[in-house]
Amino acid sequence: MLRYSLKRLISLILSLAVASVVIFTVIEVAPGDPATFMLGVNAQPDTLAALRAELGLDASKLQRYVDWVGGMLTGDFGTSYTYRTPVSQMIADRMWVSLPLALYALTLSTLIAFPAGIYAAARRGKPGDLAVMGATQLGIAVPNFWFAMMLVLIFAINLRWFNAGGFAGWDNGLWTGLQSLTLPAIALALPQAAILARVMRSALLDILGEDFMRTARAKGLSRRQALWRHGMRNALIPVLTIIGLQFSFLLAGSIIIEQVFYLPGLGRLVFQAISARDLIVVESVVMLLVFAVITVNFLVDLAYAAVDPRLRSRT
Amino acid sequence: MSRNLILGLCLSSLVLLAALISFVWTPYSHAALNIPAKLQTPSLQHWFGTDHFGRDMFSMIMVGARTSIAVATVAVGIGMTLGVPLGLTAAARKGSWLDEVIMRGNDMVFAFPSLVIAILITAVFGAGAINAIIAIGIFNIPVFARITRGAALSLWEREFILAARVSGKGAARISAEHILPNVANLLIVQGTIQFSLGILAEAGLSYVGLGAQPPTPSWGRMLADAQTMVSFAPHLALIPGFAIIVTVLGLNLLGDGLRDWLDPRIRVARA
Amino acid sequence: MSLLQIENLSLAIHGVDILRDVSLSIDPGQIVAVTGESGSGKSMTALTVMQLQPNGAVAEGSVLLDGQELLNHPEAEMCRLRGASIGMVFQEPMTALNPVKTIGDQVMETILIHKAMPRNQARDRTQEVLTRVGLPVDRLPLSRYPHELSGGQRQRVVIAMAIALRPKLLIADEPTTALDVTTQAQILDLLKGLVTEYGMGLLMITHDLAVVSEMADQIVVMRRGEVVEADATADLLRNMQHPYTRMLFEASGHHVILPEVPQTYPLLEVANVVRDYRLPRKRLFDAPGQHRAVDQVSFTLNKGERLGLVGESGCGKSTLTRAILGLEEIQQGEILLDGQPVFSSHKPNLDVRRRMQVVFQDPFGSFNPRHRVARLITEPFHLLNTPPTGSDRQDRVAEILKAVGLRADDATKYIHEFSGGQRQRIAIARALIIRPELILFDEAVSALDVSVRAQILDLLAELCAAYDLTYLFISHDLSVVRTITDRVLVMQAGQIVEQGETEHVFGDPQHSYTRALIAAAPQLPEIGKGAA
Repeated sequence: MLRYSLKRLISLILSLAVASVVIFTVIEVAPGDPATFMLGVNAQPDTLAALRAELGLDASKLQRYVDWVGGMLTGDFGTSYTYRTPVSQMIADRMWVSLPLALYALTLSTLIAFPAGIYAAARRGKPGDLAVMGATQLGIAVPNFWFAMMLVLIFAINLRWFNAGGFAGWDNGLWTGLQSLTLPAIALALPQAAILARVMRSALLDILGEDFMRTARAKGLSRRQALWRHGMRNALIPVLTIIGLQFSFLLAGSIIIEQVFYLPGLGRLVFQAISARDLIVVESVVMLLVFAVITVNFLVDLAYAAVDPRLRSRT
Repeated sequence: MSRNLILGLCLSSLVLLAALISFVWTPYSHAALNIPAKLQTPSLQHWFGTDHFGRDMFSMIMVGARTSIAVATVAVGIGMTLGVPLGLTAAARKGSWLDEVIMRGNDMVFAFPSLVIAILITAVFGAGAINAIIAIGIFNIPVFARITRGAALSLWEREFILAARVSGKGAARISAEHILPNVANLLIVQGTIQFSLGILAEAGLSYVGLGAQPPTPSWGRMLADAQTMVSFAPHLALIPGFAIIVTVLGLNLLGDGLRDWLDPRIRVARA
Repeated sequence: MSLLQIENLSLAIHGVDILRDVSLSIDPGQIVAVTGESGSGKSMTALTVMQLQPNGAVAEGSVLLDGQELLNHPEAEMCRLRGASIGMVFQEPMTALNPVKTIGDQVMETILIHKAMPRNQARDRTQEVLTRVGLPVDRLPLSRYPHELSGGQRQRVVIAMAIALRPKLLIADEPTTALDVTTQAQILDLLKGLVTEYGMGLLMITHDLAVVSEMADQIVVMRRGEVVEADATADLLRNMQHPYTRMLFEASGHHVILPEVPQTYPLLEVANVVRDYRLPRKRLFDAPGQHRAVDQVSFTLNKGERLGLVGESGCGKSTLTRAILGLEEIQQGEILLDGQPVFSSHKPNLDVRRRMQVVFQDPFGSFNPRHRVARLITEPFHLLNTPPTGSDRQDRVAEILKAVGLRADDATKYIHEFSGGQRQRIAIARALIIRPELILFDEAVSALDVSVRAQILDLLAELCAAYDLTYLFISHDLSVVRTITDRVLVMQAGQIVEQGETEHVFGDPQHSYTRALIAAAPQLPEIGKGAA
């Protein structure tokens, strides 16, 4: 187990290293000089030079990469070109909207998908199964941001159960914060739950055909007991894969959904940065998103090993 | 043919037909402004109503279908033409450094959701429909590479591949002659699913302004425009939304139906 | 009263008749073997007794356990009986156990699910029963997972689960088919011992008539869902009533007569061959481990000779086959065909390759399902510099299809239109079409029913005469190797431990391993003379 975790950890670090190189290189390709952009084309050459030195733009590419990575490791993400404030501070504020939103949605999605998938698998071919499958078929087809608009229309504008947008912040208590994230989280979660429920169902149905399920029945377990005691944990293996993948979709999705609800998250930050050509902010946000995705997939790898003893002993 | 397949085929061809017809005919010009006729609800003159500039929504939906289909087609094309050969190569050289590099590269790309790729590209080169295509296309590469490799690996274990090797055929020839035809069904089904995901992704990207730019009509942009007016003109949001749902639903049904029809044992990846 | 009494059992699945009027009975302490070829309905009979038949199955007749009707018995009641009164052992030990649960938990579950005793007692019983099936807890702790066990050990765990509550009736569905012959002998002994010790009735399903004759008190022969003959073993062997029974026994011990080997020269020379596989590192910075699959193997195969290679799974015979075919490179030694190496400068030698062909085991997996027969069997033409074309090619295809007992117009069909035996004929046609000097048969008849196997063996004997075949016949089945080869190699743990004339080796084995193999293989009794 330790060896396996160690291997995954090494692979995690390597992935992050490669990702940082890729992101840095792409941003480097960007045409134009940030200093010129900030001061305008008519700026004095010596002011430009001074700003360049201040931003560290005059160093070699390698040096700047090392500085960037080293800075991130110590929590220093550099200075925003447009706002002239530390990027780390800008990100820290917004992160506490986007990340909780993605996790909230992931939790909802799992809570909805598991029972639905199990229910459908247990009633394969019966009306209950067909209803769940029909609903999920529709759920997969619905764009989450459109669904979000519909939720706003119904629950915020017509019923007035929720605010149409904005974020109350975490300072007024967990519940207030969660409340302003609830509609966005539902909008994100339902389409993903539809996918996850289908995966859960087909994983369980696959397991039902396995020899060891017949063995379990021969021992005297009822269909239901066999499904819970032997089917569940085996079905979790493919389901975990999808949960890992879904996190990255939810994170991306939350950035889009933030636009619907006017949430001050990473999405707002990055879109503003793009239009202001504040590349250092874009660079840092993208790196943070990729970091989150890679880390979640590392956690999924560890969860695999907890579920499947074959992974623990192998390699 | 199953009900899924027929329904999926009908819905998908409906959308395709709308896109094709829009090249030669739309009820109104999709770009013609007509402020006096703005924000009309659906009527006999304007089947889907008009937007805040008085543009005919039905014409915009038809032309928007063009954008969606074009982006998704090219993106799936990119994913297939690069991903399938990569997957075949990795499987043929299973366990070698080449396999390792391809698969680690795949994992790497998976760490960049298409939205993130689009953000990067847009930050560097500016916005445009091409960005959406590239972003979604890049994300499709590992999808196809992975699924091709998985299916090919189990085929490489089969004895008919050994027989081909005994007959002196090399890895490239075996991949083309024996592996590819036997994974074709899987690729067709997965391609349909990726196509529908492409439509969804394109809509999302244009909604946040990373996709098609005005004046190119696109369903995602229509939704972004509708957002501030949704309380008094809900049809502006409902109609493009339904267009997306019908298209994606049709493609998914088509994919499921094709799978059942071609080979029920096919497992597609959906995420 | 019998322990199990099946009377006029009929079963249809979605309207298709699977069983018709099956009757049999088992007394306590008695072993009844149900035998027959694939599709005879023998496994379905067992599943019906367990009431685990697939969805859509409709059963009629009567299945009485201790006088209690099981057919259409309420499911909750059946759950109480399964595991407690009836235990079942399945064919595939590799997949019959849940991979994510420990063996201790899985055995103990049988006890706990029936609330037979409290947890601590159940644990003691689990240890006791695992020890009884030959897995003492001090050597194999309860915390092991199935993937850490060998196939034989897993089958013992499955048996332990089935007998943990000492059921009155044990059903074993092909319990040793997936196992090696020495493991098979141990498992059969174990089952026999359990029957005597516990006084259980054992319903044993098997296709292997040699196993049947050695184990059973009663034999029931089935064909296409019907019982064709049933009798006490000794009586049935002495006096078979039904021609099908006689055909089965004859086919099981089928003998063929091979033409004389001409005086010839060495064709295949294998000298000191070593094949190592890298194993994953045990610790992060250790040197990777090595597994020596083939260890200093040397032998010679003469032109016109039929050589056998026997050994149990994992002994290296498949690796050796691949090395001879030039599919994998060897680390030491050399393999020469007619003096030329099969592998030269890290590449397979095409000159040699076009003089060898192979026939594989799996009649379903050895053909690309998307190609027609003509294309399938002409694939080896790829090896020729000037492959025949046009009508010449068609003639070759027609000729070779006729030679293996098929029709010329079969060339336009797809592979799914053929039965297992016909597919194996097509595989032989593919191997023969370029008239190779050497053919390797890799378990080529192992997946076939006995009657089909007998036909394929006859075909081989005919082809030997018609085409002067030279072949290497790789198999785990001693009885087949005995009749179809002139000389035999016995392989164990990567080494050839004995070689010699087939009759000589089988009649008077020198090496202890050969003796163990021959002793473990169940013997088919001579028909008409009664059982031992």
